[in-house]
Amino acid sequence: MADEALFLLLHNEMVSGVYKSAEQGEVENGRCITKLENMGFRVGQGLIERFTKDTARFKDELDIMKFICKDFWTTVFKKQIDNLRTNHQGIYVLQDNKFRLLTQMSAGKQYLEHASKYLAFTCGLIRGGLSNLGIKSIVTAEVSSMPACKLTSYFLTNVFSSYLSGLVVFVSCFCYLEDI
Amino acid sequence: MSRPAHRRPEYHKINKDLFVLTYGALVAQLCKDYEKDEDVNKYLDTMGYGIGTRLVEDFLARSCVGRCHSYSEIADIIAQVAFKMYLGITPTVTCNNASRNEFSLILDKNPLVEFVEELPTGRSSLCYCNLLCGIIRGALEMVHLAADVTFLQDRLKGDSVTEIGITFLKKLDEKKYRRKK
Repeated sequence: MADEALFLLLHNEMVSGVYKSAEQGEVENGRCITKLENMGFRVGQGLIERFTKDTARFKDELDIMKFICKDFWTTVFKKQIDNLRTNHQGIYVLQDNKFRLLTQMSAGKQYLEHASKYLAFTCGLIRGGLSNLGIKSIVTAEVSSMPACKLTSYFLTNVFSSYLSGLVVFVSCFCYLEDI
Repeated sequence: MSRPAHRRPEYHKINKDLFVLTYGALVAQLCKDYEKDEDVNKYLDTMGYGIGTRLVEDFLARSCVGRCHSYSEIADIIAQVAFKMYLGITPTVTCNNASRNEFSLILDKNPLVEFVEELPTGRSSLCYCNLLCGIIRGALEMVHLAADVTFLQDRLKGDSVTEIGITFLKKLDEKKYRRKK
């Protein structure tokens, strides 16, 4: 379906538009990423509602992540997540070796510094989807070689996880600032 | 282009929802960022222009339409092929003037506003779908046709239908290229 081209182009325009209207500087970069992530959050919430209208109740968190990796990812990006790893304590790493939003950009290390801008929306998408399934989380992304990317979601389920997530947010802010 | 047989029909619809929801989130963010409706409209139009300049290549590759010989042919192709391909709707085309360079696309169903009930308060002159105008304008410019594309009527503003007006201006640059050869 040709919708994919439309969404890809709209996403690219959104990213360039957000950055065009921001000034230079590291603080602004963080703000732009937050803006994109928040947009993705809204979309993820709406999308997961429509998607899971008729599906059965999820058994546990792993079930939810498997749903995200298979059905959700297939619908949105026409392929499944290639690898899902977890430590069974609320941290899930999704690996996509050919991420749809990056394939047209480069194959390798070129433009690596810009990759995080194009992943912010998707991080928000996952976070929004999980939020409407009852899971508070933080989703970060890292790209070491285009078009493969790793999305890590940290479930905030108990006090210890919240402490950990505070640390993660602190560290990941650094990563965002250092990446660019 | 065959589709796998086991694909459930809802997937196709949800794919379209992705674009519609993303567009809605974008407009919501723009309304937060800009106070004036004109600024939001202009921004959407500029964005649409950028998308249109690239989308036209995708369109030409997928549709293999031949060369057009009149403006009305172009308007028909936009309505019956392009809109159908990307949004799944077929607006009706009417010609507005005798010199046959002003056309209207009348959309009775607009998928972009599927989840929109009404414009937010204080945003009465917001052209919610202004992206479409920019896309058409950008696409036409890439095939060397200058055009003015605006919304003439909008259901969200209380009109009975949504109408996009395309006014073809003078053709761009054709003579210049011939001279160079």
